[in-house]
Amino acid sequence: MSRLRLEIRVVPRPGLLDPEGKAIQSGLQSLNYSDIHDVRVGKLLLIELDADSPQDAIDHATSMCQRLLANPVTEDFEIKLLEDSGNSG
Amino acid sequence: MLSPQSRPGDPQITPELVSEHGLSPSEYQKIREILTREPSFTELGVFSAMWSEHCGYKNSKRMLKLLPTKAPWVIQGPGENAGVIDIGDDLALVFKIESHNHPSAVEPYQGAATGVGGILRDIFTMGARPIAILDSLRFGDLNSGRVRFLFSGVVQGVGDYGNCVGIPNIGGEVFFDKGYEDNPIVNAMCLGLMKRDSLIKGEAEGVGNLLVAVGTATGRDGIHGATFASEELSEDSQSSRPQVQVGDPFTEKLLLEASLELIHSGYITGIQDMGAAGITSSAAEMGGRSGNGVEINIDLVPVREPNMTPYEILLSESQERMLVVVKTGHLKKIQDILTKWELKADEIGCVTDDGLFRVTEGSRTVAAIPCLALTEGCPTYEREGKESSEIKNLRSKDLSHLKTRSSGYEEIFLDLLGSGNICSKRWLYQQYDTTVRTNTVIPPGADAGVIRLRENNKAIAATTDCNGRYVYLNPRMGTKAAVAEAARNLVSVGALPMAVTNNLNFGNPLKPEIYYQFREAVLGMSEACKLFETPVTGGNVSFYNETSGTPIYPTPVIGMVGIIDDTKYLTRPFFQESGDVILLLGNNTDELGGSEYIYVSEGLVAGEPPAVDLLAERQLQHSVLSMINQELLQSAHDLSEGGLACALAESALGNKTDPFGVDIILQDRLEPIPLFFGEAQGRILVSCAKNSSNQVLQTAKDHGVPCRLIGEVVPASNGFRIAGRTGNMELDIETMSNRFFNAIPTLMDKRKES
Amino acid sequence: MKVAIITFPGSNCDYDLYKCVQLVGGDPEFRWHRDSSLGKVDAVMLPGGFSYGDYLRAGAIATMSPIMEAVKEFAGHGGPVLGICNGFQMLCEANLLPGALLRNNSLLFCSKEVALSVENNSTIFTELYKPERKLRMPIAHAEGNYYANEETLAQLEEEGRVMFRYIDPQGKSTDGSNPNGSANNIAGIINTRGNVMGMMPHPERAVENILGSVDGLDLFKSLLNHISASKKV
Repeated sequence: MSRLRLEIRVVPRPGLLDPEGKAIQSGLQSLNYSDIHDVRVGKLLLIELDADSPQDAIDHATSMCQRLLANPVTEDFEIKLLEDSGNSG
Repeated sequence: MLSPQSRPGDPQITPELVSEHGLSPSEYQKIREILTREPSFTELGVFSAMWSEHCGYKNSKRMLKLLPTKAPWVIQGPGENAGVIDIGDDLALVFKIESHNHPSAVEPYQGAATGVGGILRDIFTMGARPIAILDSLRFGDLNSGRVRFLFSGVVQGVGDYGNCVGIPNIGGEVFFDKGYEDNPIVNAMCLGLMKRDSLIKGEAEGVGNLLVAVGTATGRDGIHGATFASEELSEDSQSSRPQVQVGDPFTEKLLLEASLELIHSGYITGIQDMGAAGITSSAAEMGGRSGNGVEINIDLVPVREPNMTPYEILLSESQERMLVVVKTGHLKKIQDILTKWELKADEIGCVTDDGLFRVTEGSRTVAAIPCLALTEGCPTYEREGKESSEIKNLRSKDLSHLKTRSSGYEEIFLDLLGSGNICSKRWLYQQYDTTVRTNTVIPPGADAGVIRLRENNKAIAATTDCNGRYVYLNPRMGTKAAVAEAARNLVSVGALPMAVTNNLNFGNPLKPEIYYQFREAVLGMSEACKLFETPVTGGNVSFYNETSGTPIYPTPVIGMVGIIDDTKYLTRPFFQESGDVILLLGNNTDELGGSEYIYVSEGLVAGEPPAVDLLAERQLQHSVLSMINQELLQSAHDLSEGGLACALAESALGNKTDPFGVDIILQDRLEPIPLFFGEAQGRILVSCAKNSSNQVLQTAKDHGVPCRLIGEVVPASNGFRIAGRTGNMELDIETMSNRFFNAIPTLMDKRKES
Repeated sequence: MKVAIITFPGSNCDYDLYKCVQLVGGDPEFRWHRDSSLGKVDAVMLPGGFSYGDYLRAGAIATMSPIMEAVKEFAGHGGPVLGICNGFQMLCEANLLPGALLRNNSLLFCSKEVALSVENNSTIFTELYKPERKLRMPIAHAEGNYYANEETLAQLEEEGRVMFRYIDPQGKSTDGSNPNGSANNIAGIINTRGNVMGMMPHPERAVENILGSVDGLDLFKSLLNHISASKKV
C-alpha cells in the first residue's frame, strides 16, 4: 500500500446550461476580457488515499465518482494522479 | 495570586504592544493593579478582548444604564445572551438584535451569514427554539458598483444562512443613503419561543462541573475580532480578510437541535455561544455571572490547525462553537446526544471555587485573572459630547423654498416610489425563506412581520426601525421617532408593543460630536421606551463605524416585539375591497426636514426632522388597537418615508397581484408638497367598510386622536387620484406599480456593467 | 395512514410535514436517517431542507444514508413515496426519479408563491384535484431548475408523468412564470409505476387559510384516501 494523491475534476456536461459560468463570463466581459467564448464552472476535489497501485487508486476514484462525487445526469469527471504522490505511506 | 509563567516565544510586553491591543496606558496600569504583577502575553490578549468595546461596553455602559429595563412581563433584561419576556400560557419569548457591520464591510457574504449564525446561537442557548429572523440593513447609493456588491453579498449571506437552518425571515428594513457608502450596517434580530421553565442561563454553576466545548474545532479565524470591531475601518481592512470567519449553517442546524436536546436533558447547568472573543468571553462571563471560577486546560481544546498558541486558541472566533457546563458524571450522556447529531463534545476544563479565569498548558499556568475583573471590572467612561456645528447648520437650514412647486407632482411622486428607501424590497426578501415552519402569517413587505403561535392562537409581531437621517439631524428627536415608528408598525398589524432590543450603530465615541449623538440618542430612546412601556431587554453597541474618518449616520436601530391576542385580529397594510373608505389618523403638517422628498429632489439631508409628540403617539397606538380589537378595520398602515402619498400607494399596490386605486380629497391648508410627501409623525392610514366609518371616527374621538375620512378605495382601473386645495395628482396604477416593484431589480441588473 | 417522515441532518421541513399529515388525519412518525428500517408504514415522505448543507450537490450525500436502502426497497414494492423540495432532489439523486435539479437560472435562492397547473390528476397523489384547478403554493429553493435529457423529457411528457407545471395568472406555462429555469416549466414528476412523486413547491405550507392557501391539502388527502381504500380491499 502507498499513499497517493488524486485530483478529480467534476464539470457540467457539454451542452448543459451553466448559469454560473454565464454570469462569470459576463462579469469578465465587463472587465473588457471580450475574447472569452465560454466559461464552465465545476468542482475540484483533492483526495488522498492508500492504494496498491496507481491503477488501483484510479479504479477506486472512478467508483467514487460514479456513486457520489458526480451526477451522471449532469456532470462528467476526470481523474488525474498527482505527480508529487510519493511513497510516503 | 498564582503567577503565570511566560511561554517561550512570547513577545516582550512594551507600550507599543499594549497600544496595539487597544488598551490605554491607564488601562494597562489598572491591569497591573488587579493582578499585582505584570500580565503575561496571553493575559494581555485576554484583557484586550474582554475590555474591548464589543465585549466590555466601556464607552456605552454608563449611558445604557439610563434605559428602562423592567416591567412585570420582563423575565430577563440586559446582561444575558438575550432578553426574555413572559407572553402568557407558560410561554416566553426570547429575542435580541446584533450587529455584524465590520465583518460585512470586508467580506459581505460571510460577514452577514455569520452575523445571523451568532444571533441564532444567542437565542437557542437560552433554551428557546428560534422562530423568526429580521434584518436591518443600511447601504450607500445602489448606483455604485461597490455598494451593489456589498448589498447583494449581504442579502445572500443573510438568506443562505437562515434558509439552511430553516428559520423564516419575517421582515426588517433596508435603507440606502450615501452616508453608509463604505460602512454598511448589518443588524440581525432573532426571536425564539420556549416554555417558561426551559430557561437556562450562561452561568458556570456547581464547582467541579465540567466545561465542555461543543461544535467545530478551533482555528485561527477571527482572532481579535472583538478588538477589530472596536476600531475604525481603514484602507488596510481590505487586506485583513483572514480575520473574517466562515459560517457553516449546516453545523449550526445540528448545534441548534443538539443544544435544545441537551437543555431538556437536565444534564447541563449552563450553555453559551463562543461568540466575540471566543472561549475567553464565554468562560469568563459564565464564571463571572455565577461568582465561581473556571479552569481551562488548553491542551484539551480541539484545534483545526497545528501549533496554535494559547493566545490564539483563547481569542479565536471560529464559528459554530459553544461552551457547555456539564454536571459531573454526565459527560458520556451528553456525548451520546451530540454524537447522534454528528457533533463532538470535548471536556476542556472545570468550574472552580476561586473566582479565577485560569488557563493551563501542560504543567504551566498561562493565565490567572479574576473573572469579575474581566467582565464587571472593565473600565467604563463617560466621554465628552459636543454637537458638531456643521450638523447644527444643516438642521437650521431654511427649506421653505422647497415647499412650493406649481406642478409636476406626479413626476416627483414616481421618483419617490422608485427610491430605494420607499420602493418594494421584494428583490431582497424573495431570497429569504419566509414560510418555512408554517407559522408566518404576515410575511415581509408589511409594517411588521407576524408569526402565529400554534400553542394558543396568539401571534407575535416584530419590526426593526430607524431613520438615520433624522437621528443625524437631531439625535434625540430622531431616536424618539425610531421608537415611535416601531410601535406604530406593531399596532398597525394589531399587536400591543411589549419590549425592545436595540442596536446602537455609531462612529468613534472618542470624538465629542459622536459621543453627543450617542448620548442624545440614548436619552431619546429612554424617554420614548418609558412612555410606551416597552423596556429595553438587551441589544448591542457597534461603535467605530467610520472609514477614513467619515462616520455613518448615527443609527440606533429599534427592534420591537408585540403580542396579538388572537390571530383573528391580524391586520394588513393593504386595501382589501373597492368601496371601503379611507381614514387618516393624526395631523398633517408642513414639516419637510430630513425627508426622502428633499433627498430625492435636491440631494439634501437637512432641516429639523419631524417632531414627535410621545403622548399623542401613545393615544394613537391605543386608538388603532381599539379599532382592530372591535374588528372595524380592513387595513392599517403606518406613515413614514415619503409621507401620505407614498403610504396610500403602498396600501393600494399591495402585493402587486391585486392592486386598487384611490380617490382622495384633502382639505388641509398646506402646500401640496408637504401635504403629499411630508413625513409628519404620529399618523396611521386605515380603511374600513363604509358602514364602520362612524365607529372608527368615534373610537378615535374617544381616544382624543384626530381622525377624518379622506377618500375611498376604488378599482385599479380608476387610477390613483389625490386632490389637495392647491394641487392634484392623478396616475395610473400600472405606471406606479412598475416604478415601485422594478426599482431594485433594475438597479441590480446594472451589476453586469460595473 | 401511517407515514414515515425521514429526518436527515439539515432537514428543516420535517416538522411542517409532520403537522400537515396530522392535520389531514394521518399518523406521522419521524425516522432518523441512520435507521436501517422504516417499520410498518403506509407511505414515506422525504422533507425539504438542506440535508448535509447541500454540500457537493443538493440531496446527494443524503442518498448515502442507511435509511435510503429501506426507502428504495419500500418504493420497489410499490409503496407511496413523496419527496418535497430537498426530498425531490434526493429522489433524483437516488435514481428513484429521472433527471436532476440544477441551480436556479437566476443563481439566487427564490422564495415566493407560485401558480401551478395540475397536469395529471389520475395518480394516488392528485386524484382529488379537478383537472382545470390552478394551485397556489410557496416555493423556497436555490436548486429547483429541473433538467433531463431530450429523450427523458419526451418520455415524461408522453407518459403523462409531469405532475405540476409553473403557470402565469392566465394559466399558461410561460418563461415569465418559470421561477427557476426548469425544462418545460416542470415543477413535479412521478415515476413510471406511479408511486414515487417529487416536487419543488411546498404543498405542506399551503394547508391552512391563515397561511394564505389551502391548495396543498388535497394532495395529502388524495394519498390518505388511496391508502384507506387499498386497506379495505
